[in-house]
Amino acid sequence: MSSRALRQPLGLKLTSASFLALWCIVAAFPIFWITVMSFKSPVDAFSSNALNVVFGPHTRDTGHGISILDILLGIAVIWITARIMTKTLPGMIASYAPGGQKWAGWVIGVLVVAIGFLVTFFAILPAILDVLNPWFGPLGRDIIGLTTEHYKTVWVDRGFSNNFKNSMIVTTGVVTISLTVGTLAGYGLARSGSGLAFAILIIALVFRALPHSVLVAGYLPVFISSSEWLAPILGENAPTLYGKPFAVIAVLVAINQPFTIWMLRSFFQSIPAELDEAARVDGCNHFQAFRRVIMPVMWPGVITTGLFSFLLGYNDFLVTSLLLDAQNQTMVPAIAGMFSRETTTTDQVVAVAAAVSITAPLFFLVMVFQRQIVSGLTAGAVKG
Amino acid sequence: MNFKTFAAFVGPSVFMMLLFIAFPLASVLKQSFYVTQPIYDTVEVETCSPGFPDQICVTEQKSVPQLDEDGKIVEITTFVGLQSYRNVLELERAWNAVKTDGLMALQSIDFWKALRFTLTFTLITLPLVLGFGLGIALMINNASLAIKGPVIFISLLPFIITPVIGALSINWLFRGDGILTALIEWYLQRDVSMFAQAWTIEVLIMLYRVWHVAPFAAIVFYAGLQTVNSDALESAVIDGASRWQRMKYVVIPHLTPLIIFISMIHLMDAYRVFEEIVGFSSQGYVISLQWLTYDFLVPDQAGNRSISRASASAMLTMIGIAALLVPLLRRTWQDHKGDH
Repeated sequence: MSSRALRQPLGLKLTSASFLALWCIVAAFPIFWITVMSFKSPVDAFSSNALNVVFGPHTRDTGHGISILDILLGIAVIWITARIMTKTLPGMIASYAPGGQKWAGWVIGVLVVAIGFLVTFFAILPAILDVLNPWFGPLGRDIIGLTTEHYKTVWVDRGFSNNFKNSMIVTTGVVTISLTVGTLAGYGLARSGSGLAFAILIIALVFRALPHSVLVAGYLPVFISSSEWLAPILGENAPTLYGKPFAVIAVLVAINQPFTIWMLRSFFQSIPAELDEAARVDGCNHFQAFRRVIMPVMWPGVITTGLFSFLLGYNDFLVTSLLLDAQNQTMVPAIAGMFSRETTTTDQVVAVAAAVSITAPLFFLVMVFQRQIVSGLTAGAVKG
Repeated sequence: MNFKTFAAFVGPSVFMMLLFIAFPLASVLKQSFYVTQPIYDTVEVETCSPGFPDQICVTEQKSVPQLDEDGKIVEITTFVGLQSYRNVLELERAWNAVKTDGLMALQSIDFWKALRFTLTFTLITLPLVLGFGLGIALMINNASLAIKGPVIFISLLPFIITPVIGALSINWLFRGDGILTALIEWYLQRDVSMFAQAWTIEVLIMLYRVWHVAPFAAIVFYAGLQTVNSDALESAVIDGASRWQRMKYVVIPHLTPLIIFISMIHLMDAYRVFEEIVGFSSQGYVISLQWLTYDFLVPDQAGNRSISRASASAMLTMIGIAALLVPLLRRTWQDHKGDH
């Protein structure tokens, strides 16, 4: 758009910019707002006056609040952490981690920084501030009501950590199995070009469109009675598949397969076939070529596809709510249950805190993997 | 690649899809023609209560489920043909309702209510998603390089959020005297309740869906805008085309494949609308086809799931999917032939 002929008048630019700002507010507002709500006492959180929700006078009166000093020091800690993450950490990893194990360096580095941040922010900082606040007069007085008690209720009293663990089991299972199976299939489909490969892709496309409730209607009776029909094969201890996380993982992997193989196929097609042909000339068979030539270069596509598999497993409500029993419940059905059952406003705010807890990891996911997500969204479209 | 290697690569994936997609599909089709019920025996039960001068005894007929030697309820599966479909469709009742009270009377029957909402929802959100998506994409394209990254980050948030939670977060803004309801009340100077009638809930559900999907459309369109031929645009300017004409004759034709792609994906996904019903807890007013199946599958108070009715409603939902898929498959087939 550098050409003079295409330059836009100022008015148009301003209109465009202001509409874009409006969109950003619309996009972020609901998420921002429930985050604010989750830190307030019920009276403030559901107040019809926006200022009450933001400043939380009622919450402040009950003794939960933060002062200007708290805010400044909190921002300072967050800023320092961000500096360490973006500036110091990459340098340290570059100098300490051995060549091939960059990723291990990152995992360890990020974990150390994260733990350090949590300890500083939630343990050391409050202790220091308790001492400092009385010394600073007006700067140390609470101005914004803020309480973390709802998070405590959700995670400690309501056993949400158990739901979190179940969600992690299901998503980890879905991502690993889905990628292992899908990568092989995607590679096979990309390099085959036969009529059969095309037929498989078309059928996968049809499967992609199926409503998930149709499939669950097929699983339910079979899963509930599985100990009976599995008994001839597995004997006495045949499992009831209903309620088992591994059964749900298998179901979600299958539901995700059509998308995965289309995505990975188009990715593998963009890797020149000459690469593995060269390896084959040098005496590799297909599997060795895949192992030695394709695997080192496939990670960008696999990570992108993995992100979408993660989202499917993490966000799913229908399958997990129907096929898991109460002990193995994942986070999304747990919140939906919390929301529809509870009636008092305190319970509602607790549900809000749970909703924010489940959104936070997604927020960081977008932050870290923004580029991969965008490339994943556009990959399918641009290639048709 | 010979067949054996191909099979080794693709086998696990095909096996999973057959076992967990094709097989359940076939079994749902079969279930929809059968009903599984406990066998009931009619027994005469004499209940006596103390009375004066004689005991008062009542004999009544009771139906009790038959038990086998383990104490489990004996169930029998019978072929009922299209009965489950009739139970879901309630054709006779629907026809009578239409004859006496006109088309709107269909709203009293769950299936037709769900069908009406699902179709309206799909058709109304489609142009909105395309319009907003294109608008946002053009605006992002106009923005300076420094803010593009953050803007795309913010735009991704509504798309990436868990659907049930996204719907809930909008719900909380409007529920009771929620912050946005308060705003509307202040603007209209009257009491507003967003969850007391069907149409406001429907509007909220549609707004939520547009908020949720427009970022996806926007990012795909934005990627498409990067490849618009700037020579074509410049020659259009030289030929005296206005901004609007350039948009209509150069940019939109360039984006046509993407518009078709997004429409296809959106039609497929919008037809499966489900999470919104849960998030807005609107089942009293608004339901969708997929929610109907889900509701049959959830155990009722007695702990029974109406599997056969769920299967019938699932198969009826599939008819719509098939109608949507035909043009998509035709297009993929043509592309495939074009490649070779």
